[in-house]
Amino acid sequence: MAVIEVTDLRRTFVVRSKGGRLRRERREVVAVDGVSFGIDAGEVVGFIGPNGAGKSTTIKMLTGILVPTSGRLHVDGLDPSRRRTELARRIGVVFGHRSGLWWDLPLRDSFALLARIYDVPRDRYRTNLATLVELLDLAPLLDVPVRQLSLGQRMRGDIAAALLHDPPILYLDEPTIGLDLISKARLRDFLRDLNAERGTTIMLTTHDLVDIEHICRTVMVIDAGRLVFDGDLTALQRVGGATRTVVVDLETQLEPVRVPGTTVTRVEGPRQWLSFPAHSSAAPIVSALAAAYDVVDLSIQEPAIEDVIRLLYAAG
Amino acid sequence: MTYRASFVAMTVGQALITLIDFAAIAIMFSHIDELGGFTLGEVALLYGMSGFALGAADLLMGNTEQLGRRVRDGSFDAMLVRPVAPLVQIAADQFALRRVGRITQAVAVLGWGLAASNIDWSVPKVLVLLATLVSGSVIFCAVFVLGGAFQVLAGDATEVMNAFTYGGNTLTQFPLSIYPAEVVRSVTFIVPLAFVNWYPALYLLDVEDPFGLPSALQYASPVAAVLAAAAAAVAWRAGVRRYRSTGS
Repeated sequence: MAVIEVTDLRRTFVVRSKGGRLRRERREVVAVDGVSFGIDAGEVVGFIGPNGAGKSTTIKMLTGILVPTSGRLHVDGLDPSRRRTELARRIGVVFGHRSGLWWDLPLRDSFALLARIYDVPRDRYRTNLATLVELLDLAPLLDVPVRQLSLGQRMRGDIAAALLHDPPILYLDEPTIGLDLISKARLRDFLRDLNAERGTTIMLTTHDLVDIEHICRTVMVIDAGRLVFDGDLTALQRVGGATRTVVVDLETQLEPVRVPGTTVTRVEGPRQWLSFPAHSSAAPIVSALAAAYDVVDLSIQEPAIEDVIRLLYAAG
Repeated sequence: MTYRASFVAMTVGQALITLIDFAAIAIMFSHIDELGGFTLGEVALLYGMSGFALGAADLLMGNTEQLGRRVRDGSFDAMLVRPVAPLVQIAADQFALRRVGRITQAVAVLGWGLAASNIDWSVPKVLVLLATLVSGSVIFCAVFVLGGAFQVLAGDATEVMNAFTYGGNTLTQFPLSIYPAEVVRSVTFIVPLAFVNWYPALYLLDVEDPFGLPSALQYASPVAAVLAAAAAAVAWRAGVRRYRSTGS
């Protein structure tokens, strides 16, 4: 059953810019342009697209912060902008760029305050807090004022804050932005477990395709306000014909290497670029390379979202 | 209340600062006997009523001043996704009890004004006085909320808002009889600040309206308060529905 249903959603913004000396020009900018989709309970959906594509605007309409210009949307049966406060009890929201915590309060006090705001029963609050503190490793941070937390610590705090009231739906707007690799990996593990254990429906926007690969079963790609893809991840990679690249540093300068399933796209001295379909594994390629050649170093480049989208257009 | 001494110092400090404000008016009266037909005691009455109303409104809704900043830094978004009305969250956030200093001073000046003015007390007069203190607070609250709605739309307009709240307070500290009729008409029918103290004070003091406006206005403060509150509520809802948030 779909918990989030969106039909022909549109949002425009009026932008005024200086025209003449006194006249100001009125221009309409379409941020979201007729988007439709449905998300089932328990799904984990990645929402990707370049900057300014309309991801955040869509999330803000789904939470009730922004009122749609036209179109219909229902989250857990409610129209978000008309019944915003009612919906707030059923959703958790994390904005990666800003904190929903109180800057000057220790995490513990922020959590206690939120429990009051959300009317979380005392027992429920205590068990939830204990679980979240353990899973997100917050114990040493509970008495630190939020302003003194690092970005990764703050993000964990924000995610705990968004889950204290057991929301069945969780929105995350760029939760991994600015985090280091270890923090990103821990966050992904946490979200995957949350979905598996509590059945929480998760919708997250990101710029990081690795986030999507590790957590999401479904991907939606938005570009210039339009939904250009809605399906599972492997389908996206096939549709797009996206490629990953192994960059290998050899002992000596050689002719383009021959490894099955790859094509050499570039040679620069002892360094060579081998591209292969994004949906296949890099492991056999790496071992084939190491077996046949003297490899000094190698790295794997993931396709950038922008490239995938560009290929998506080329294919469609 | 963690820092008691600091709280007491702040409250006393604020009361003293506002007291100096009234001292300036008292000094002015050492050179004149009447201002616009009103004695020092009567001006104290006007001053106290307006000061109390602004003080109470500031205590409840003064935080709406920060709305512009909240819109710009995105924390207003966070308020909108919580299950409590954003106005309540704003009022409760950093609830500054030290603002009672202003109310204390206003009550002191009002008490002295009531004693020093020649009022022929009756039950209706007591009721009008009490109703006015409540209505006046509601009217200033409405102005704060109206300013808040404007900030939600414009992102920043604290100064415009201050012009009406603190400016309105300064304007109504003096008898309106010193102002031109246009000013009086606009604070009666547009921004109903004259109902905070002027009209009820005319009734308390049994003074004829120098502008010849209907005497019914002198009991109309609660009506003005209800209308102002309704207008503010409509504006607030409209403001939140037209909220654009910030990029990202």
